[in-house]
Amino acid sequence: MPMVEAKGVHKHYGAVEVLKFVDLTVARGEVTCLIGPSGSGKSTLLRCINHLEKHDAGELRVDGELVGYVERGGKLYELSDRQICGERAQIGMVFQRFNLFQHLTVLDNITIGQVKVKGVDPDTARVKARELLTRVGLDGKEKHYPSQLSGGQQQRVAIARALAMEPKLMLFDEPTSALDPELVGEVLDVMKDLAKSGMTMIVVTHEMNFAREVANTIYFLDQGVIEESGDPRTVLTSPSSDRLKSFLSKVL
Amino acid sequence: MATDGDDTARVVPVRHYGQWVGSVVALVMLAMLVHTLLSKVPSTTGQQICHTTNGVRSCHPLLVWRFGWNIVFQYFTTSEILHGLVTTIELTLVAMALGIVIGVVIAVMRLSTNRLLSTIAWSYTWFFRGTPVYVQIFFWFFIATIFPTLTIGIPFVNVTFIHIHVNSLLTAFVAASVALALNEGAYMSEIARSGLIAVDEGQTEAASSLGMTRSQTLRFVVLPQAMRVIIPPTGNELISMLKTTSLVSSAGVVELFGATNNISAANFEVIPLLVTASLWYLIVTTILSIGQFYLERHFARGALRSPPPTPIARLRADVRGVVAKFRTPRVAKGVSP
Repeated sequence: MPMVEAKGVHKHYGAVEVLKFVDLTVARGEVTCLIGPSGSGKSTLLRCINHLEKHDAGELRVDGELVGYVERGGKLYELSDRQICGERAQIGMVFQRFNLFQHLTVLDNITIGQVKVKGVDPDTARVKARELLTRVGLDGKEKHYPSQLSGGQQQRVAIARALAMEPKLMLFDEPTSALDPELVGEVLDVMKDLAKSGMTMIVVTHEMNFAREVANTIYFLDQGVIEESGDPRTVLTSPSSDRLKSFLSKVL
Repeated sequence: MATDGDDTARVVPVRHYGQWVGSVVALVMLAMLVHTLLSKVPSTTGQQICHTTNGVRSCHPLLVWRFGWNIVFQYFTTSEILHGLVTTIELTLVAMALGIVIGVVIAVMRLSTNRLLSTIAWSYTWFFRGTPVYVQIFFWFFIATIFPTLTIGIPFVNVTFIHIHVNSLLTAFVAASVALALNEGAYMSEIARSGLIAVDEGQTEAASSLGMTRSQTLRFVVLPQAMRVIIPPTGNELISMLKTTSLVSSAGVVELFGATNNISAANFEVIPLLVTASLWYLIVTTILSIGQFYLERHFARGALRSPPPTPIARLRADVRGVVAKFRTPRVAKGVSP
């Protein structure tokens, strides 16, 4: 059973169709990169997967279970807020603008989800938080507030915060787009390590080198449609569609 | 720009002549104010002081403080005034605490996606902000005239569980608290709403992505950050409330202003007792302002790279700066550090 399976996922804002019957499969332990011009629906697709956005039609399954709905007797019943929260807690998400909790220290940012959502006791949560900080290379920054860190450091804390929930799937929404060029590398390194450890990851990115190096599968979206997909070498080096060719000529 | 033999150029700061002139004018006006405050005038009773020196009797009018300071200090700490002060503070705290709770609840309801809740919240603010607080105070004082009893039971059926006389429930103090709190709630709701809106949406999304419920997101992520925006105007409201409580004196609650009024009604020393009341209001306001400063500092953590210095820290830094200015040996000409 794949980790994520989308069949005919459709999403529109009013008259604007953002996703048009998207099919996507993400196998366990694999890294999938979503690439495409801005406004192509990559982020929307990612946000549908943890139900930050509701899809309007189609079937979206994570770990075999429908996202946001439950099927009973041939009907789809919308899940309650609490049930959706339970689904989300198992999916980590990293945002373009980090979105660290500004009023909490680095350590508290990493423990709050464990303590309040999973009911882990605070001491255990702190131990885990310190381990994760070491893993993302931020030892000794426990007491800092997010505003005292560089963008790259903040993003690594954000990754640690997501990992603290022990997710089965990690979503990255343009994790390096808001960073100064010299800080991109440190975040990508953490992500590469994570990929090596066997985490299932879906990454919306403009970093083609990262995609080429780390991704098992690349999906190219344009205007809400998956134009092309496949292994990185084929997609990035010998694109078949004109749209992908023109996109790659601009970003590579 | 090195000049001959000197490798550092002398820095000439901008001279602020306007500031000097302004300061002198301000000092003169301050002196005038102090002079007026401490001046003495002939007693309005026409009383004279006479004494005889070397068999010559001379008289001159009795001079009294223009602002009646002797009367101010005579009454400043009488039990009647202190009682009033305590009532004022109690009323302020009770009304404000209830007002904040009501305000936050109404603000959250107003921002809810549930149309019923947001309409109720909107109507609440519309009503309580749209009528004068003075009118509302009197309304609660006289509510017993239209609802003499309070009955809890099943509506439209003759089943009752509790039956109370409203007058025994709504004492003057309770009525005043209710009136002030309900009115304050309307204003606080707008303040709380502006604070909640000011928190970046990304914070809510991050909390959701961790699996927090809406109420957890509100309690642990959004409200603590909204406090930074909410506290300064709330301090303003608290100070405003302290003084608004004086309105309830006309409805029979003897708080600070009521107490001074009662005294001046008996001894006709109106101005000195108004000064007494004003001084107490100023003292409490000052204490509240200090508290507000530290509260703001507390909730600013994380938002600023370094918290603003406390006034004491700033004073210390100033003193250190002045001391350093006199202590530092002048760098000899031609010697660069």
